[in-house]
Amino acid sequence: MKSARLRLSTALVAASLALGASPALAQIKIGAILSLTGPAASLGIPEKQTIDILPRKIGDQDVTYVILDDASDPSAAVRAARKLMDEEKVDVILGPSITPTSLAVVEAIGPGETAMISAAGSAVIARPVEGNKRWSFVLAPAETSMAHYVYGKMTQDGQKTVAFIGYNDAFGDSFIGNFKRVAEEKGFQVLADERFNARDTSVTAQALSVFGHSPDAVIIGASGTPGVGPVLELRNLGYEGSIFLNQGMANPDVLRVGKEGLEGVMLGVSPALVAEQLPEDHPSRAEGVRYVTAYEGAYGPGTRSLFGATVWDAFLIVENAVPAALNAAQPGTVEFRRALRDAMENTTNLIGAQGVFNMTPTDHNGTDLRAQVLVGVKDGGWSYIPLD
Amino acid sequence: MNSTVAVLLTQDALTNGAIYALLAMTLVMVFSVTRVILIPQGEIVSLAALTLAAIEMSHLPGTVWLLLGGGVVAAAMELWTFARRGERRALRMAAAYLLVPAAIAALAWALVPHELTIWGRMALALLIVVPLSQLMYRIAYRPLVNASVLLLLIVSMAIHLVLMGFGLMVFGAEGVRTQAIIPGMVKLFGYNLRAQALVVMVISAVLIVAMALFFSRTLTGKALRATAFNRTGARLVGIRTEASGQIAFLVAGLIGAISGLLIAPMTTIYFDTGFLIGLKGFIAAIMGGLASYPLAAAGAVLLGFIESYSSFWLSSYKEVIVFALIIPVLLWRNLTHVEHEEDEE
Repeated sequence: MKSARLRLSTALVAASLALGASPALAQIKIGAILSLTGPAASLGIPEKQTIDILPRKIGDQDVTYVILDDASDPSAAVRAARKLMDEEKVDVILGPSITPTSLAVVEAIGPGETAMISAAGSAVIARPVEGNKRWSFVLAPAETSMAHYVYGKMTQDGQKTVAFIGYNDAFGDSFIGNFKRVAEEKGFQVLADERFNARDTSVTAQALSVFGHSPDAVIIGASGTPGVGPVLELRNLGYEGSIFLNQGMANPDVLRVGKEGLEGVMLGVSPALVAEQLPEDHPSRAEGVRYVTAYEGAYGPGTRSLFGATVWDAFLIVENAVPAALNAAQPGTVEFRRALRDAMENTTNLIGAQGVFNMTPTDHNGTDLRAQVLVGVKDGGWSYIPLD
Repeated sequence: MNSTVAVLLTQDALTNGAIYALLAMTLVMVFSVTRVILIPQGEIVSLAALTLAAIEMSHLPGTVWLLLGGGVVAAAMELWTFARRGERRALRMAAAYLLVPAAIAALAWALVPHELTIWGRMALALLIVVPLSQLMYRIAYRPLVNASVLLLLIVSMAIHLVLMGFGLMVFGAEGVRTQAIIPGMVKLFGYNLRAQALVVMVISAVLIVAMALFFSRTLTGKALRATAFNRTGARLVGIRTEASGQIAFLVAGLIGAISGLLIAPMTTIYFDTGFLIGLKGFIAAIMGGLASYPLAAAGAVLLGFIESYSSFWLSSYKEVIVFALIIPVLLWRNLTHVEHEEDEE
């Protein structure tokens, strides 16, 4: 891989250099399967808006995008994948937006020999890398990276005990399970583990139960606005310890619903959320600011979305892999798609808006601790918290 | 568990129980008067909350379009009646179905950009949402007045899905929380209680008493009871049973919408939250055999307590406990109750 050169110059220039003598003029076609409607629409829409501002050229190759809506429905996602592969003959697929649709699409892309970079959160989409999952990539950082920052902050503050309030479903189980494991490794005592449903009208009882154990910190294992409920209840009861959110709650709707009740809560989250506030030497600062400037330039201040940033990084990975694939074959052929997959799998030290990616044939995620930072809510906005 | 925890859990139980009680009583009323199991009552709750939130943010709530569209459909149905049977009354009704929603929409459009007081916002939300249940009755249920309970149940299911889809379309997937009528805490007997929770309990109690008085003291209320008791008999003594249905839906819409406005500051409301609240109300109504108001209300409060305490002790099994509760209730009702099947022709 020509990663050293890539790091030095901008990705675009490097891509054109690498192309060099290549006379290829065929178009690169990027497909996208996103949840533009249905329950996951709040993820899919910023993802589509990000694709709208992505470059239309990689090197001197034209790039076209075909975006299909899967309505947050796994079977519609599979149909969309078939359409993209059979009719549109795309070279790579961005998305789907969520774990259920992504897992469904994995089964279609293997036989179709087309790589996909999922924007969803679950690591199992691309783990273990075998069978159909050899064609699947997923960029969300591991929950253990998030846990590193949360427990790091607790250690810094001399806190010893922790309690959980999370979703009573697979998401909550996986999140809290991972956090509990890390808690044990790091010697934190877990005092309580309470569950609620996203549509519950009251979480007072769970908050009371947690409050009764008086833990040093409470970790909320929820995503989106339903996670605001437990925080407000805890504050209402007069809880004064630290509260940590899952990064799935880092969206403007959460701030709108929680208002001043969220003041002071913290979360381990992708650096793109606070790109401008990052220290100069943070690897993702420059790329994060580039994404945020482009996105908010197009859609207005404060609109940045981590889901969009994932798609942005997915494009960077494709862009980085295209030169090597072009050496092997022309876009639109199965040889090109195979070469593209192989090149993506060998992504080394690629700096994205959300972290630094190092893929290997056994790791189709490639993130490390640099894919997270600690952020707090201050004056109704997100604010970077340095952690040494 | 100390006394503070017990008091707070009780507060939680009573607040939720009060809302379930209101919904359970309207479900009992609508069922006994019209034989409709009003599943879309939950949607009225969430649409009211979402409408209030939209007004709070000075957006024109999407429910206005539902109101206008429903009005047009209802008016067209009245015109069809007029064309077929030549009733002058149908013409007047058609005009009303067009003009009243239009007037409400115009009022909303004029008022929304202004800073309203909390009572003004709530009144406007009620004005927009309450007529929806009237339109629902006129469009979907009145033409099926003699249909079987099962058919009416399937129609209810359909309306529920339509309204939920509409809520998602115009209000989006994310939730809202509105400002409290009285924010903050109140100190009562040495315990810190949430002011809004007390507001919910007081208003619910007032509404329950008002409903009781309405049924026992007013002519309209008595007509409703007569219709519920015996449809044919009610017709014979000159009660227009269709009008009874209209009134039952009006009361149901009003109470459903008020419930939505009451809980909106206490929890995050989504386009589909109403269904679960309505379902709990339905369980309570079943406890009252879909016939007894006091039993339904008591069942609702019991449900609130079970929910609250099971969330405290065994939060991962809360939903299981609440919904499993319906099995012994049904068994008990079956064993103790002499079967009197609804006279279906």
